[in-house]
Amino acid sequence: MNTATKDHAELAGDFNKDIDRVDWHDETLWWIRQKRDIAVHKLPEWELLRETASQIKNNVLSNLNNYLQQFEANAQSNGIVVHWAADAQEHNAIVLALLKKNGITQMVKSKSMLTEECHLNEHLEANGIGVIDSDLGERIVQLAKEMPSHIVLPCIHKKKEEIGELFHIHLNTPKGNADPQFLTETARQHLRDTFLTRKAALTGVNFAVAETGEFVVCTNEGNADMGAHLADIHIASMGIEKIIPERKHLGVFLRLLTRSATGQPITTYSSHFVKPREGQEMHIIMVDNGRSIQLGREDFRNSLKCIRCGACMNTCPVYRRSGGHSYHYAISGPIGSILAPNLDMEKYADLPFASTLCGSCTNVCPVKIDIHDQLYKWRQVIVQKGYVPAAKKASMQAMAWVLASPGKYHMAGKAARFTMKLVPFAVNNQLNPWYKHRDMPKVPQQSFGEWYDKNRDN
Amino acid sequence: MRVGLFIPCYVDQFYPAAAIATLQLLEKLGVDVSYPKNQTCCGQPMANSGFEHLTGGCNNLFISNFKAFDYVVCPSGSCVLHIKHHLHSLGNEDEAVSLRDRVYELTEFLTDILKVKKLGAAFPHKVGLHQSCHGQRGLHLSQMTELVADDFSKPRQLLNMVEGLELMPLDRKDECCGFGGTFCVAEEAVSVKMGQDRVADHLRHDVEYITSADLSCLMHMEGILHRQGSRVSVIHIAEILNSSKN
Repeated sequence: MNTATKDHAELAGDFNKDIDRVDWHDETLWWIRQKRDIAVHKLPEWELLRETASQIKNNVLSNLNNYLQQFEANAQSNGIVVHWAADAQEHNAIVLALLKKNGITQMVKSKSMLTEECHLNEHLEANGIGVIDSDLGERIVQLAKEMPSHIVLPCIHKKKEEIGELFHIHLNTPKGNADPQFLTETARQHLRDTFLTRKAALTGVNFAVAETGEFVVCTNEGNADMGAHLADIHIASMGIEKIIPERKHLGVFLRLLTRSATGQPITTYSSHFVKPREGQEMHIIMVDNGRSIQLGREDFRNSLKCIRCGACMNTCPVYRRSGGHSYHYAISGPIGSILAPNLDMEKYADLPFASTLCGSCTNVCPVKIDIHDQLYKWRQVIVQKGYVPAAKKASMQAMAWVLASPGKYHMAGKAARFTMKLVPFAVNNQLNPWYKHRDMPKVPQQSFGEWYDKNRDN
Repeated sequence: MRVGLFIPCYVDQFYPAAAIATLQLLEKLGVDVSYPKNQTCCGQPMANSGFEHLTGGCNNLFISNFKAFDYVVCPSGSCVLHIKHHLHSLGNEDEAVSLRDRVYELTEFLTDILKVKKLGAAFPHKVGLHQSCHGQRGLHLSQMTELVADDFSKPRQLLNMVEGLELMPLDRKDECCGFGGTFCVAEEAVSVKMGQDRVADHLRHDVEYITSADLSCLMHMEGILHRQGSRVSVIHIAEILNSSKN
């Protein structure tokens, strides 16, 4: 998929060429937002839970070095091998070396947004390792050779007929069969064979408990467990911000995670991995990849509180109408727009502007990240760094010059109203993006200031 | 109590009727209100585009225009939110901070400061209330559907005092209209689609008017309604609250 040269506005424009699809996408995700609303309104203590989670995460971010070392020591004493990766390249190299050392050429992987962020699949495939994603949604986008468009619902942009066609091509299902139950059963059979034959399984990590050295993986399909329990080597990849201090804190986070994500009370499987079983190797790779830089950015550090529930995407009116791929980053939507610029400010300079700053994301966030305020702050940083078109800069400077002076403002206002009245085609044309689908406001006889002069004060 | 009337630039230029209604309504309620003539803009168009560093001129003007007033009242939640969050002064930051706290959006000034209980207004029409995001989620003019918290709405409280007005329910009662300042042209496709969807919700519920405490949202939705040839109009909430019974 080549989206490197297009920005969010262009990609969203492409998505909006098919209005029926936009409506379908919007309604599907709005339905999930409504499920979330129903679930959270059943808990009178919901806002207290959010606040508690936020404070636990604030504590984690302020003491991250200590908690990481505590986790490392406890995990090691449990028999887990701990690796540290400064960036995506180191992470991918560690995975590859582990597989090569054991002569493994095929691996099964459950959902891990970190491995998407690190482009692990591409790296392994370039080195002769086959990877099969075992999360159904991830498997579907993998077959389609696409990025996930949503962190919880990777193939939410695909209609069931398109999935039927993909399965027909790759898994030999009958052409034209788009029955969800049939397709799911086909995937189950196909993946069962994968689980039974793969010697290595990679999972993500939702929570790593410093106190005990265990980690928790949440799935609805049980696919992480199937992979990890059958494989000789279990590799778990985690971002360093996934630490929580104590096991009891799961009582807060597990209640928040899936209610926010899909409206379920809890994930179907919340599996605790404490130590390798007899004869198994268990590895955990703790990945920084820009996180410690973000931790050092005062205005943006609390984006690291994210537990990857996707609620901000489901509620975002822009995301729902532009699709996850328009964000051209592994993590889409509002949270992706505040994480991505940390990794590459120039490449992702458009993302903080892909928002109306409506604030709904901040309100649904289970760990109270001030997402829309951070979008505003990223805009300031990106402009200061110069990653903004020259024409925009010039127009903003001109606007500031006029608005700083009442005299110039009154003259400009008069001139604009005069122009719109006498030569409306000067603004009512296709060069004006407002006018493409919206009429300009009707021009009044006089401004309020002019009216006030005549009717008051004299 | 001296009140300074703050009329945002685009309201001054394109929607003087809303500004006049705001002034008349405050006068009717016995407020000592005046309009400092040298005001221009709060600076939000630059700031939301990432150019907050260019808003010093607007900030200085705002402070010199309004520092002498006990309260500043404005018929736009979005501009008020910008001032409350981002008004600074190079020379006298204390003055800027104290002024921020004295700036009120019109409906919250009516409910929280004047504590208005009756208006004597009549507007015998079916009306849809658009919750502008900056007023709602920024200034908390109304409760937000995302939160588990008690319901309230300052604009609705006032509209309920208007004789004959029938407030119509909406399917999505606090979804953004997609205006978003420069977003409306920078992200034209999504902005328009959001506006069309918002308007459609009101049309499905058979409204005659769409009202709001923010004209920027209304300007956006009006542009779409006109293009669609709709007979539904937009009207600022001040014009409804200032409407008379005869």
